[in-house]
Amino acid sequence: MNKARRNPFNIAAMHGALILYTLIALFPVFVIVINSFKSRKAIFREPLALPDAETFSMIGYQTVMKQGDFFLYFQNSMIVTVASLFFILLFGAMAAFALSEYRFKGNTLMGLYLALGIMIPIRIGTVAILDMMVATGLVNTLMALILVYTAQGLPLAVFILSEFMRQVSDDLKNAGRIDGLSEYTIFFRLVLPLVRPAMATVAVFNMIPIWNDLWFPLILAPAEETKTLTLGSQVFIGQFVTDWNAVLSALSMAILPVMVLYVIFSRQLIRGITSGAVK
Amino acid sequence: MTALTLSNVCKSFGQVEVLKNIDLTVEENEFVVFVGPSGCGKSTLLRVIAGLEDATSGTVEIDGERVNDTPPAKRGIAMVFQSYALYPHLTVRGNMALGLKQARHPKSEIDRRITEASRMLSLKPYLERRPAELSGGQRQRVAIGRAIVRNPKLFLFDEPLSNLDAALRLNTRVEIANLHRQISASMIYVTHDQTEAMTLADKIVVLRDGRVEQIGSPMELYNNPANRFVAEFIGSPAMNFVPGDMIGGSTNTVVGIRPEYAQLGATGPLSGTVVHVENLGADTNVLVNIGTDKPFTVRAFGQHDVSPGSEVGINFEAGNTLTFGTDGLRL
Repeated sequence: MNKARRNPFNIAAMHGALILYTLIALFPVFVIVINSFKSRKAIFREPLALPDAETFSMIGYQTVMKQGDFFLYFQNSMIVTVASLFFILLFGAMAAFALSEYRFKGNTLMGLYLALGIMIPIRIGTVAILDMMVATGLVNTLMALILVYTAQGLPLAVFILSEFMRQVSDDLKNAGRIDGLSEYTIFFRLVLPLVRPAMATVAVFNMIPIWNDLWFPLILAPAEETKTLTLGSQVFIGQFVTDWNAVLSALSMAILPVMVLYVIFSRQLIRGITSGAVK
Repeated sequence: MTALTLSNVCKSFGQVEVLKNIDLTVEENEFVVFVGPSGCGKSTLLRVIAGLEDATSGTVEIDGERVNDTPPAKRGIAMVFQSYALYPHLTVRGNMALGLKQARHPKSEIDRRITEASRMLSLKPYLERRPAELSGGQRQRVAIGRAIVRNPKLFLFDEPLSNLDAALRLNTRVEIANLHRQISASMIYVTHDQTEAMTLADKIVVLRDGRVEQIGSPMELYNNPANRFVAEFIGSPAMNFVPGDMIGGSTNTVVGIRPEYAQLGATGPLSGTVVHVENLGADTNVLVNIGTDKPFTVRAFGQHDVSPGSEVGINFEAGNTLTFGTDGLRL
């Protein structure tokens, strides 16, 4: 370990900076959670105060539970997010494998074409997408959302994963070929486990925007039985009156599942981001 | 019966020709080494034989059968890679068994072959370990074991010793030589190290820029190289080249003198200043600046006390020299 890292002043400064950043990042979450446990008056009187015996109230959570089918929304969000991630990872990894492993005409062009999606926001095509969904009868189905999110996530997934797959030893894949493994077995059994950190990175990058998205659920699947959590929470935000207790409670609950998924992926994520930097 | 026949094999990647008209036969039980500087196409040639790359033109025959369109697993070959290429998620036993399981051999047969291979390579204590828990030398032995259990007609080695340290390299080299004596199979071995080539090979194939420069036994190549490239590549330290007119020959020739055939003396046909001395104990390499581009190396047997800066003469017998034309070919 080098000298600079052992110097107590440096350690203090480093930890100070990290703690400060953590506080800044966690502060909004903290405010949302504490206010979700307070009465409406208390929220406006002292937004930063912790709930005490007098201001404590579960009214927000009660409203959320009563109004609308919160668990259905929750389930919808979960289905859409998990299914989209699954398809993004599966198809993204397969396309990345083909691009990095096989020499065929137009390989580079195909790679560029697939990466182009990173630069073009999918929302530009909303009207066309809606037209297509109406034509195929997919409006107000979760399938519509899964398809759109898969399309939205693929470019970045292909881009990141093909970079990582190029680093997987050719010898290993060739050894598999000589042992008579099929290309699918090589892909699933040899290559995928080795790019797991990259898969986790892609999963996290895609998970949060999908979970939080309001746009496509609102346009493609606004029906009661297909509402996602974010869309479901919107009922509490009115043009003139907003039920802040309910909004904050819904948000507090919406944070939980993403956090669980994040914790699952984060260990891999850190390895994915730092791999290559340190051998 | 020939184990392998290559006729007129060419390989190009886009515009780049990597292999140009390679003809080669490997007899049964023969140990053939492909040697050449990096980028000469030797690994590509091995991959074409293995079926990991398709030949652009020409035919590859293994055991008398044309295998151009046969997938690697069905060619009756086994390959050992430079980076070992062990399956990280399988134990040593699993690594060795995978190919056989894939070919649907009965379990008793697989066990028998693994026992046999691990006995030959003394891998018994490690059978249940994963590759990550093994040292470099052990990993390479597992890779060799994985090749042995397949019972191939043809073994392919792709620079198997490059990732090992010097001491281990020597041991593994001996092990590979022993292995070749024990099992009757042809072996093709790719290396850029001429010592490995000389010590292991029955037949050496010297490659340069995708062309075969010369094929022959190690001693043939050493004593009778076809051209300057082969002469320089085979033998260590490398052969010295002196313009013909410096030693009373024709102006358009280059004379090659091996370091071991030259002696130091007070005077001689060549003379110059000692620039560097390598004391190896058993012999002493003396580098002398005689006015050519590269210093002239004299390999003196035993220990000699020569100090850099001193003036020396170099003697050699005319019978021990090789003469090359300006085009590099032997005259």
